[in-house]
Amino acid sequence: MAVKLSKSDKQMLGCQQGKATRTAIRILMRMAEVTGATEMMDVSQGHIDGCGLLSDAGLEFAETLAANGGKVSIPTTLNMGPLDLQNWKQFGVGEEFAAKAIRQAKAYVDMGCIPTWTCAPYQGYLTPRFGQQIAWGESNAICYANSVLGARTNRYGDYIDICAAITGRVPKCGLHLKQNRKGQILLRLLDIAPSVMRDNAFYAILGHLIGSLARGKIPVIEGLPPDPTSDQLKALCAAAASSGSVALFHAIGVTPEANTLEEAFHGEDPEQVIGIRLPDLLKSMSDLSTAGEGVALDLVILGCPHFSFDEFRQLTVLIRAETEQGKSLHPDVKFVVTSSQTSYALLQRSDFLDVLTDFGVEITLDTCVFHTPMVSPETKVIMTNSGKCAYYAPGELGAAVAFGNMADCVRSAVEGYVCRKEMFWKES
Amino acid sequence: MPKGDVLERILTGRPVVPGSAKGIALVSKEPISFWGGISPRTGEIIDRRHELSGAIVTGRVFVFPHGKGSSTASAVLLESVKAGVAPAAIINLKVDPILALGSIVSDELYHQSVPIVVLEEKFFFSINDGDFLTIEPDGTVRIHTKPSTK
Repeated sequence: MAVKLSKSDKQMLGCQQGKATRTAIRILMRMAEVTGATEMMDVSQGHIDGCGLLSDAGLEFAETLAANGGKVSIPTTLNMGPLDLQNWKQFGVGEEFAAKAIRQAKAYVDMGCIPTWTCAPYQGYLTPRFGQQIAWGESNAICYANSVLGARTNRYGDYIDICAAITGRVPKCGLHLKQNRKGQILLRLLDIAPSVMRDNAFYAILGHLIGSLARGKIPVIEGLPPDPTSDQLKALCAAAASSGSVALFHAIGVTPEANTLEEAFHGEDPEQVIGIRLPDLLKSMSDLSTAGEGVALDLVILGCPHFSFDEFRQLTVLIRAETEQGKSLHPDVKFVVTSSQTSYALLQRSDFLDVLTDFGVEITLDTCVFHTPMVSPETKVIMTNSGKCAYYAPGELGAAVAFGNMADCVRSAVEGYVCRKEMFWKES
Repeated sequence: MPKGDVLERILTGRPVVPGSAKGIALVSKEPISFWGGISPRTGEIIDRRHELSGAIVTGRVFVFPHGKGSSTASAVLLESVKAGVAPAAIINLKVDPILALGSIVSDELYHQSVPIVVLEEKFFFSINDGDFLTIEPDGTVRIHTKPSTK
């Protein structure tokens, strides 16, 4: 092997630390060869995505590692799993699926992972710090950790994530190294009205566009307002990581490695400069929808990535505005919000929860509609405020999708059909 | 090589996950996300925005520039091997570590991998949909084109 091994790497390969550790380091070594890394390095935190998808092979992999004595050696959080562990029966999930999902959850928790079960780990527990070397899975979380927090991770796919957490080692390459975090293409926001940039949907739409423009390069955005919220950046990351492979972007004056253009590009010139104007955003917005205005709506999905407490607050305000006018959820529409136990614990301490549940909002925790079989096959039209959900719903859920902002989602759920009144951005 | 085919070209590539395979090329110029893009149960391309939507990757040499999107792609590839619907091999334009991972884990768990070769641009774009390809562990790709029926 061309990869230089440390003393501890050799011990792990030699089976002195158990069979699971040996499997884990073997996979990491082979991946080092794939990526051309010549040595390994330490990481100090992990986030596991491999616990999310329930498949027989994934379950077998996790149970094999756990049975062979696998234990994580660094603090490691878990992405959402395939099941709402407490309330799965309410969502019509079958017993056989649930039994396997519970086995998979147990395998990862037995290996010492923290049962956070969320795809927005950066809004909950153990948020990584600037410059921290970490091994994270889940595309939106990878993008957020690198771009917004300035922590350093490559895109760790399912299974290498737990290998890194067990060994605390990864191939030394890619975004772990400062020289590879240099911005490559400059995306200039031109003549976009502040009112457009205040709309939360702007961030998902921009993310979707950036993903399609990046083509494997590290994009640098110029012209974002200086104070986007964590939820707005979450939406941007999720959409950009879905439509492209964006694992890192910089935004001048917003993200920590891009205080100036010079810093973002490490003093060099951009390889390419692309202007983004309102018509580009409008095109990106229409690209996110496969269902048009006025189509009968079956399901609203919010919380992709997982809803934060603040998003629950915004939703409550919007729903109150409807119920105060005597409006209610249309009987043919299901309204689902996916979130984490962490956000839900805060929600229970507020007076929002009653407003939401009285309206008919169903809150599911620990999982999402893509990973647990809770969306019935009769569901034909879905509406969401998430660029990621809009991107994947047609393929994964076999339904048409309408993208709109949160206010439009609520209004449409009341009316029973897709109506986007709020999000009509005018060219000014 | 199927009878009557003519050996046309030999391409030298980098064996990202070394192995032997043969099959008919399924070619796309677009990147694809395996999760949400390919069903690990049927091998069908289910990304309805993708140019190959509806095609089946099973047993084909799947030729596309690179993966994109979800880091769950490795799981989809592993599961498709277990379900017997995986492509025979993958040819990319650039190394996709997440796909390589799926193939390597499959090798560690089931002693069965999906060979992955990366070709430089001029070779990559010389492969046509429907070409019969053989892949060797050193990264050599042989293209056999069906004789013209004209």
